[in-house]
Amino acid sequence: MSALAAFVKKEFLHIFRDKRTLLIIFCMPIALVMIFGIVISTEIYDAKIAIVDASSGIRAQQLIEKINASNYFKIVSHLRSSSNLEEIFRSQNIKLAILIPQNFDKDFQNGPPPYIQLIADASDLNVATTLIGNITSIVQAFVEENSPPSASLPPFQITTRMYYNPEQRDVFMFIPGILALVLMIVSAMMTSITLVREKEFGTWRLLSSTPLPSPIIIVGKLIPYFLLSAINSCFILGLATSVFGMPIHGNPFELFLVCLLFILTSLSLGIFISSITHTQQAAILASMVGLFLPTTFLSGFIFPIENMPAWLQPIAQIVPAKWFIEAIKRMMLKGASLQHVLTQIYVLAGMTVLLLTISIRRSRKQAT
Amino acid sequence: MSSPSIQAHNLVKTFGNFTAVKNLNLEVQPGEIFGFLGANGAGKTTAMRMLCGLLKPSSGHATVAGFNVSTQTEHVKKNIGYMSQKFSIYDDLTLKENIQLFSTIYGLTSAQTQERMKQLAIQFELEDKLKNLVSTLPLGWKQKLAFSIAVIHQPRIVFLDEPTSGVDPMTRRQFWEMIADTASTGTTVFVTTHYMDEAEYCDRVSIMVDGQIQVLDTPQKIREQFSAQTMDDVFSLLARQKKTNPKQIL
Repeated sequence: MSALAAFVKKEFLHIFRDKRTLLIIFCMPIALVMIFGIVISTEIYDAKIAIVDASSGIRAQQLIEKINASNYFKIVSHLRSSSNLEEIFRSQNIKLAILIPQNFDKDFQNGPPPYIQLIADASDLNVATTLIGNITSIVQAFVEENSPPSASLPPFQITTRMYYNPEQRDVFMFIPGILALVLMIVSAMMTSITLVREKEFGTWRLLSSTPLPSPIIIVGKLIPYFLLSAINSCFILGLATSVFGMPIHGNPFELFLVCLLFILTSLSLGIFISSITHTQQAAILASMVGLFLPTTFLSGFIFPIENMPAWLQPIAQIVPAKWFIEAIKRMMLKGASLQHVLTQIYVLAGMTVLLLTISIRRSRKQAT
Repeated sequence: MSSPSIQAHNLVKTFGNFTAVKNLNLEVQPGEIFGFLGANGAGKTTAMRMLCGLLKPSSGHATVAGFNVSTQTEHVKKNIGYMSQKFSIYDDLTLKENIQLFSTIYGLTSAQTQERMKQLAIQFELEDKLKNLVSTLPLGWKQKLAFSIAVIHQPRIVFLDEPTSGVDPMTRRQFWEMIADTASTGTTVFVTTHYMDEAEYCDRVSIMVDGQIQVLDTPQKIREQFSAQTMDDVFSLLARQKKTNPKQIL
């Protein structure tokens, strides 16, 4: 097997001598984790808001202080009336206005139940929805704290607990998706490119004229990418736990096994792409359309599959990353063991076998 | 005389309705330089790929180094060297790394590799370039390297697919000297080319037109047969005979 070893060494030399490959393999994972973990965040702090306080009462003052004390909001404008509110939306770029009516204090003491009005800037819909959610919970807490004990309680109360992600950190949602994306790029795109490069430069023909069997050639080319992907997955999981405090409630070794399985699926996707393309450019294009778009948009990484139109949902089922992300989330956040994610494991293994079978059939056909 | 290095009997290759090679018959002796000539698309490369065990013949029979090309491909591949028309050595590896890779693939031990590398470096004047990346070398050097790799394991037959295309005349001359040196050690050289003047360096040549061998003899006899001054004239004559086919341009 010294021929295989020599081949693996050669492949590593290719990787380490190409700056672009190195950049993709080692810098891209860090960049992606940082972008999704820190820059892209749906959690909003210090949102600029305006308060229109028509009551000037003590209760209203207490409420405003409570809002100001939370780190979600920053009051930039304090008004008596809402007459030039629109101007303030435009000039000070506030995201939300809270209107407290004149008889707020009085109603607070002896009904009817007081009301406040929220006016949000819906030109940025996601931000508006998040801010309204935040302010609602602050106001609700305020009402509960300050209701006179004699006041009649509502007929029932809802208590909510967010299991598995109590702080609702969205970086926990992104990490499995980033892991899937990085493994796809390194294992599937890079291997399809390196395999096609041999075809394009004619070295494949030279290699096939040697006694080295072609499965050995392919295995030799894949081993370095398999190892680098394995290292990458440890690295991303390490970043997730150390920098973002994401827990691994399941068995870390089992989690790693699932990563290895997904790497195998990605490698077979890479082999498949190389079997249907003849130039590196075509391989890159096929990877973009066939791998990244589905992995980013159809895997549930960014958009929930449940929200997709009915015709798109079955398509999402054939995206390997969808199953991987599901398994990883369950294992990390819910502490699931391998038995709990058997479906995902079977689907990924099945996809791997299917892709390899098709690729082998295609290459046999080309050889005759 | 010992058994022939290459023997082909009624070798045929069809792709769908298209017959790329029609009833190829030839015999090449050990140590011979055999020129395999023909226009582009005449079927040279297809024939050569069948002889290298890279492509299964549709019908017919051929042996290379005594092994059947359709059933004993493994043995065939161990006994041949191959250099392709497109320059196909790894650009981002050094000469030494390329040589080491292929000698290991051919099963040479590291001691054997060292020794062969030394020999080849002296023979092909590559000594002071061994540690250079292939991409930094001019094409002539690359061709030399590709040839050294094709003969690294001292094969009984070496197949060269248009080894001199795109190379300047001076380097082409040197290249043919390398070929002659190699043949003098008993290695059979099977070479395709479309430079007709190069045919003169060969012991025997065949000219292929439309998948069929039209002429097969020593260059001198072929010229006499067609009463032509050069091989180029012979080729033009052959091309004129087959004017019906638009592919006959050269």
